[in-house]
This record gives sequence, C-alpha cells and structure tokens, in this order.
Amino acid sequence: MTEQEKKTTLDEMFGEFAELVLENVTIELDELKIALRPMIQQVAAQVAKPALSLPKSLIPAKFEPPFGDYSTKIHEVTIGATKGEGGTRSNSVTIGGHEAPAWDLFQSPPKHPPIIAADVFDMKISLAKAVKTHYKEVMEDPAEWAKLCVNKFGADVITLHLISTDRQLKDTSPNEAAKTIEEVLQAVKVPLLIGSAGDPEKDGPVLVKAAEVCEGERTLLCSATVDVYEPIAEAAKKHDQVVLSWTSLDINQQKELNRRLIDWLRPEQIVIDPTTAALGYGLEYAFTMMQRMRLAGLLGDSELQYPISSGTTNAWAAREAWLKDESLGPRELRGPIWESVTALALLLAGNDLFMMMHPAAIKTVHDLIDWMKERKPVKADDYPDWTAMALPEGV
Amino acid sequence: MAKLAGPLEIYPLLPGTNCKVCGEANCMAFATKMAEYTVKLRDCTPLYEEEQYAKKRVKLEELIRPPVREVTFGTGEKAVSIGGKLVLYRHDLRYTNPTAFFIDISDALDADAFAKRVRDIEEWTYVYIGQNLRLDGIALRGVSKDPQTFAKAAKKLVELTDWPIMLCSLDPKMLSAAANAIADKKPLLYAATLDTWSEVGEIAAKHGLPLVAYVPGNLNDLASLANTLQAMGIHDIVLDPGTLSRSGLGTTIDCFTQLRRAATVKDNDVIGYPLLSTPISVWADYREGEAPELTKWDEVLTAASMIVRYSDIVVLHSLDMWTNLPLTFLRSNLYTDPVKPVAVEPGLVKFGDATSDSPVMYTTNFALTYFTVESDIKQGNVDTWLLVVDTEGMSVQSAVAGRKLTADKVAEAIQEYDVEEKVNHRILISPGMAARISGETEESSGWTVKVGPRDSSGIPKYLQEKKWQEE
Ligand code: SF4
Repeated sequence: MTEQEKKTTLDEMFGEFAELVLENVTIELDELKIALRPMIQQVAAQVAKPALSLPKSLIPAKFEPPFGDYSTKIHEVTIGATKGEGGTRSNSVTIGGHEAPAWDLFQSPPKHPPIIAADVFDMKISLAKAVKTHYKEVMEDPAEWAKLCVNKFGADVITLHLISTDRQLKDTSPNEAAKTIEEVLQAVKVPLLIGSAGDPEKDGPVLVKAAEVCEGERTLLCSATVDVYEPIAEAAKKHDQVVLSWTSLDINQQKELNRRLIDWLRPEQIVIDPTTAALGYGLEYAFTMMQRMRLAGLLGDSELQYPISSGTTNAWAAREAWLKDESLGPRELRGPIWESVTALALLLAGNDLFMMMHPAAIKTVHDLIDWMKERKPVKADDYPDWTAMALPEGV
Repeated sequence: MAKLAGPLEIYPLLPGTNCKVCGEANCMAFATKMAEYTVKLRDCTPLYEEEQYAKKRVKLEELIRPPVREVTFGTGEKAVSIGGKLVLYRHDLRYTNPTAFFIDISDALDADAFAKRVRDIEEWTYVYIGQNLRLDGIALRGVSKDPQTFAKAAKKLVELTDWPIMLCSLDPKMLSAAANAIADKKPLLYAATLDTWSEVGEIAAKHGLPLVAYVPGNLNDLASLANTLQAMGIHDIVLDPGTLSRSGLGTTIDCFTQLRRAATVKDNDVIGYPLLSTPISVWADYREGEAPELTKWDEVLTAASMIVRYSDIVVLHSLDMWTNLPLTFLRSNLYTDPVKPVAVEPGLVKFGDATSDSPVMYTTNFALTYFTVESDIKQGNVDTWLLVVDTEGMSVQSAVAGRKLTADKVAEAIQEYDVEEKVNHRILISPGMAARISGETEESSGWTVKVGPRDSSGIPKYLQEKKWQEE
C-alpha cells in the first residue's frame, strides 16, 4: 500500500474509530469530516497503525512444534518374571525407556505408560477412615489384602510392606517375613515389590532375605538408602533383583547413592525415589525433583537416567485429606481426590511407578494414564460451547 | 530455555546516575535484580519521568518483556494479572502470576440466585499456612443468548462486585452489548474465533479491552488468529486452544505444552501470550439426574492438569470446598519460589507468655512442618515452648526414616538452646510421627518423653487438656 492509499483508506475508516479517538467530543461524524478535515489527517496519522491494518482476512502464521534435542534415554527397568523368564508371575511390567520430557506427546509419547502398585501391609496399621473402609476385612491377612487389590481394585503390581519387622512394632524375624512373602507370591500372580520397615538395623537383613526367597521373581527391593545400601545391593546382584534407590528431596544425594549402587548393579536394576510429600505439604519439592531428574537423564546425566517411583500414599499426611470437618466437604471424596491430585501432579512431572492405597484414586490414575497416553484428533465441533450451556446450579 | 536479558545488557540502558531512587545502591545493583525479575522497571522512576531517557526506556521494556506477555484486567485493587511467564520449568527461575481461578455465573439466573452466586464466589476461602486462599474472578456466561439480558446481567454484576469479570459468549452481538455496558470495568472478552475475529476484534479495539482468541485443537489457526488480532492493534491477547477432559485430555495437555514451550524455549513471539483453559467444559457430559460429584471429579482432574501444564487462567463451575481446595493448594505449591529455603532456623521458639512451667514440644526445621505446627499452637492459644531441631529441612516422617532426626540430635538441641534453663520440668512432647525414637530420646536426654498427636491438628486439644502432664 502506498502512502497516498493509506490516507484515503484512513479517511474512510475514521468512522470506526471516531468514538475511540475523540472521546468527549460531541460532533457528528459528517460535520467533523468537513470541518476538521486537516485535523483529521493529523489525528488519523496518530492512530494510523490500528486503523490502517484492520485486515480484510486472517493473516496466516505458521506454528512450528517446539521440538527439543535429547541425547539419551531413560533406562528400561522390568519388574516381575514369568515362567519363561525364570519366575512364577503371570506377567512382568516394564517402566521407563522415555526419550522426551514427560507427556510431551508431540515429541514422544511415554515409552512405557506408568504403573500402579497397591500398598499391602503385613500387619494391621492405622489408616484414614476413608481408606480403612475398603480394607478392614483383610487387614490381618496380607495374602487376602493383595488379592483384593489385584482382583477388585485393578492394581498392576503389589508392594508388600514388611513393617512388622520393625523392632518397635513386632520385631518379626527375616525368616518369618519370608513366609509372608511366600504367601503373597502364592495368592497373586502379578509382580511383587517388597518394602522394609524403615528400621536401620532390620532393613538390611529383611531385604537380603526377601531377595533370596524371591529368587527368579525380579522383585523391587524398597529401599536402599545412603545409610543402608551395601547388603541390599549385594543381595540384589546375587539374586538378580531390582533396587529402589530412595533419598530425601536432595538431587545430589540421589546421584551419590546411584553412583554407589552401580558398583553392584546394572542400570536396568535401579529405580529412583526422591520422596513424595503431600499436596499442600511440600509436593512442589517432589514435583520439581522429578522434573529435574527426568530432564537431566535425557540430557546425558548417567546418574539420573532411571525410572522414578513415588510413595503417593503419603498424600494422606495432609490433614485436609482426612480431617472430620463438614465445612470442607465429605471426606469420602476429599481423601481420594487428594491422593489423585498428588499423583496427577507427579505423573505430569515424570513419575513411572505409583505406590497408592485408595481404590478410587487407583482407578482415577489408571484412567488418567489411559486418557493421556495419546493424542486423538478432535474436530472443532466436538468442543462444546461452554459459554451457553445450561448447567445444574447450586448442586 | 529462551535467553533472558542479563545485567550487562540491562545496565547500559539505565540512566546510569546511581541516584538510588529505586532503593538499590546503584544502577548496576538494580540491573542485577532486574535480570532476576525481583524488581520492577517502574521502580527506576527517573526512567519514566525524564524525557531524555524515553528512548532507553522503550528499548529496556522490549528487552525485559517476558516471553509470555502479561495481561491485566479488572480495575482497582482486585485487578488480576495473568501470564508474564519467564520460563518453562519452575526450577529454571520461578513462576510468576499464579493461575487465576474464574468461576462462572449464568446470565439466566434469577436475581436472588445471581446475587447468592456472586456472594458464594467472593466468600470462598481457606486459611493455609498463614495465608487466605481465594478465588480470583467471575466469568459471566451468556446462557440467555439475548444481548440485552447479557448486558443487563453484566451491569448487575458490577453493582454487586468489584471483582474482575470475564464476559463469555461466542456471539459478537452479545459481547458488544455487554462490553458497551461495563467497558470501564475492563473485563476480559471471551472470545474471538476464526468466524468472528473481525467483529469481536473491533469491539476489543474500540473499548481497549483484553481479548481471548479461541481456536480449539489447531495451533496453526490459533497462531494466525493471534497474529491477526495483533495486527488490528490488540496487544492484550489471551489464547485458548480448547479444553477437553477424559479421552481428550492428552490432546489438550499437548496443545498447552506446545504453546508454552514454543513461547519460552523457541521465542515464538506470535503466541507469546497467557493461556486460558476451561475445565468447566466437562459439564457438557453431565446428564440430568446423574450425581454431579462425578462431573466435579472430572473437573478437578482437568483443572489440576491445566494448572500444572501452563494454564494462566482457568474457568470453573464447581464451587465446593472438596473440589477447589486441592486446586488452590496445587497452585500455591507450584507457584512457590523454588529458591525459597526448605528450612527455618533451628532454635527455641516462645509462644505467648511461656514460663518455666509451660509445656515444651519439639518439631523439625522443615519450613512447612514448622509453619503448620506454629499455626496449630497459636490456634490452641496455650503458652508453649517449641524446640525446632535441625533435620536439614526434612519433615518429621522423612527425617526419622532418613536418620536426620535421631535421639542424639534432640538431646543436643535441648543443650544447645538452653531449654533446661528455661523450664523447671523435664517433660518433652514429641511429634506423634517420631514415636519410634521416643525411648532412645529419654535415654540420651534424660528427659521424660510424651508422644504427642500424630498430626499437628491435634495439638490445640492436646495442649488445652494438658495431656502432657498426665501420667
Ligand atoms: S533509580 Fe534508576 S537511575 Fe537511579 S540508581 Fe536506580 S536504576 Fe539507577
């Protein structure tokens, strides 16, 4: 457009902008055009930009998908072993293997979708009421408990927490704990994860025994920590098990522990857990730790190229999840939504293995993984016009 | 990550007089803070007041403009700013302008229901570590499909509230009528589409209002629409790539992620605007007679995904505590400055007029643990001593498991902070979560240890009923 054309157009278009430019001036437009013609040119020149460029049609812009460049992959770790693989499980599960940041579907969908482990304890423990309701029948029987989780709640794998081995609780011996493990192995055919009690004296011997009785099953031993790792790593090496490398919200400590474990283990034998804090009570630390670990792993940091695990049941540490307080709404909903949202945030941060408890939260996270794992082309018409929908009010 | 301007790029564009008006020691100090976005350019008043710096100012504003522009709407104290994002990941620096929560209201409600809804939105609140969590604004929906009704409802709304308003309709006539009625309140207009951009764009330009560009599921078209609105002289643009829940959630998350990543990492200027999502869309699947809880559940999941994945503003229908509490908590968590220390100072803290007979409790120096315990003690309103043990910033549960909270550490803290000189008795109240180490603690400290409540919400009752003095 030439300078001359611009001016002609402006003159015509001025009407559109009269209100804008000459607020508080009450002169009819026609009058204005005649009386103030020289001024119009001047005023118009000032608003030249917006007025001028009122486009006649859409101005195309191309959107380039913002691909990143990732040099390395997250290791694949397989838990559980079928008959053919030397164990007795009906299936094994593989996690990790990712080539891009979590859920950047345009770059790469998750290599293996995350999985959910249901927590089973080897003795009766105190649980929030909303959780207990679902387990009260089986709380004295870990084998039945495990069956319930698999058959009714759809858990992919089971974590058996041997908390009774704690010296402060029942001080169960490693041999007795081994019996419970065998019962649970009999009761369910999904892969099994073994958790220790968090007793620095007992964790080593208990997990060493677990590694032994699970020979061939490729179980995940939870956990090796900076304080107790040698015996666990050694037993995992000897019996070909996988180790959960657990630290407390400290990325350098996580690297350090992984560096030590690798003296015994192959990369396919390590899963990492930076500690999960509940929604509202430090979730952001876990979230950011996981995001950083995943990115570092993709960008070549060999000490962080491992799939990630979360003790998502920690969500129940938030009082808002279980407080009996009518003003906060029904706790039957509040609790499981708390566990679900905690899981969802960590899912998006890149977590691979969720240890969970509430059946509704387990189902929700399964659904989310299913919904999120691929892009489905949607027609513009399939997006509802929410601005004009009649909605139920006050419910 | 897109390169943010460094101090050495900023410094030469400042006045260079070291006048200290900004509160910094000199211009270089200001430039350093500006590079971290911990000060506002406006604080350098000479830059704005003196004609000679006008050119520099324009250059500076361009230089420090965040890759995602900031859009402000509403008026007065309640005005809300969205976007202004500097980075893709919060650990790259920090997230600014927490996701704004807008709750819908229908223009078809009768007067009483309308007023009640406004009140309910304004009054929704919860106290969370010393701060009041709240919602941010009201989205007026044109359910009536009648421009006059819509405009009237908009007028009514500004009589009832000074909160920011979003005018929502895909019909330009509706938007035109309502914008005419309340333009002085600077509402956000929703929305210009591929079909209506020229009409709606004109309404926005005429009144100088921020505008949402809405193109579902097609990023090329959305970029073109933003580009076009920009060419019309509209600079306050918000992008809506469409929100689907359930089986459409993957596509939705992907679109939002691509947009934010392109803006922050690839410097794509055309789409460098705040993003809007509409978890309220889940209600399209709601069938009358169904339990609304299921739809609310979906709305929470969709909203939570969008808060994590870069939504700068969300439009919601649910107004329950159980739906919006996890969402406001999630927002607070993600928008916390990641360099904020995890730990508070260890030491002995006095509550009220604690004397030599007052109870002594202990906790860890993880900031969140500390602040939670602090607010619970205050709520109990009992004079108390609180011994804060250095656990390297870990919560009680993790610190016990990770051996950062041990009997010896507790005993050392008792000595170090002279607790034995402050009180006559020798009874220590331990967190319920540290019950495991209570026996050892008695041995190493010589104190009697009473195990307190497992969750600190039990503290007020525990202190008021003097449980620690029971045998
Ligand atoms: S107010 Fe501006 S000119 Fe004065 S010291 Fe600060 S940055 Fe420099």
